Amino acid sequence: MKMLHVVNKSPFEKSSLSSCLRVAKNDSGILLIEDGVFGALQGTSVTDEIAGRSADFKIYVLGPDLAARGLSEKPIIDGIEIIDYEGFVDLAVEHGAVNSWL
Amino acid sequence: MTYTLDGATIPADEEGYLSDLSVWNKELAGLIAKDENIEMNDDHWEVVNFLRDYYEEYQIAPAIRVLTKAVKKSLGDDKGNSKYLYELFPYGPAKQACKIAGLPKPTGCI
Amino acid sequence: MAEEFDDEFDGPVKRFLFVNRKAPYGTVYALESLEVVLISAAFDQDVSLVFMDDGVFQIVKDQNTDGINIKNFSRTYRALEGYDVEKLYVEKESLEARGLSEDDLLVPVEVLDSKALSELMNAQDVVISA
Repeated sequence: MKMLHVVNKSPFEKSSLSSCLRVAKNDSGILLIEDGVFGALQGTSVTDEIAGRSADFKIYVLGPDLAARGLSEKPIIDGIEIIDYEGFVDLAVEHGAVNSWL
Repeated sequence: MTYTLDGATIPADEEGYLSDLSVWNKELAGLIAKDENIEMNDDHWEVVNFLRDYYEEYQIAPAIRVLTKAVKKSLGDDKGNSKYLYELFPYGPAKQACKIAGLPKPTGCI
Repeated sequence: MAEEFDDEFDGPVKRFLFVNRKAPYGTVYALESLEVVLISAAFDQDVSLVFMDDGVFQIVKDQNTDGINIKNFSRTYRALEGYDVEKLYVEKESLEARGLSEDDLLVPVEVLDSKALSELMNAQDVVISA
């Protein structure tokens, strides 16, 4: 079964997202939550790194965490899907295992 | 501590500030005021309502100096001074009026 | 209690610089730092704030925390003016790295490059970083 990787750290402050992109198996799901949502933004210093791998993974970002940070209207990297808490639960159920990159 | 209103128990901290801002209403404010030995009149309500608007806008209870300045700006010199506010709320306008308004203890009041 | 030094505080005035480097909500640093800023301001100190690294996210406009059940304290930054805290600086490099510009911010700030920021830091009596 596919694994869901959950990243909650800012890509500008911690290397969690880079490490996840490096070791996660292709076709895994990657969900960006809390300060991890910054990784979904277009036009940042880490956009290229993440956009470059967006074909290898299915990447999701949690909408309420974008909204809390005033980022709902900001452009998101192509291919990243915005989900809500119900979508989060569905993803956790669909994937065999959840790996939280703390 | 707690307040009792219409048979309901409403939780507050040890100094009497409401634990949950959203349960506030005018009857409860009157009850808290009574505990503080304050008979609410229109002037008291004006300050309490001002504080609630301030909190709504900025998400904090202002320190006394900031409250005085903000009241002066919006209600004029007659009311925007410590003397006027202390007459209404003798044990400290920021602390007492905030408590009655259902707000937390003012930030910067240490 | 703040009441007791109502209008004037006669102690020494120092230059305090608060350096905000963390995003809001993910950790509690941003909110705690803001509370210390408000307390310092109540003592009539000369307070400046810098937002750099992920700290720039603290003052991004249109934050709406209804979905995450945390108080939207971004609105409190707009109260700083009333506390006479008017010197807010943002590091240019940090803004740009995050795809943000001055127009995305909810309070008036002065944007400084790293060099100007280091000079500002050197001119302080007390620097508190969070």
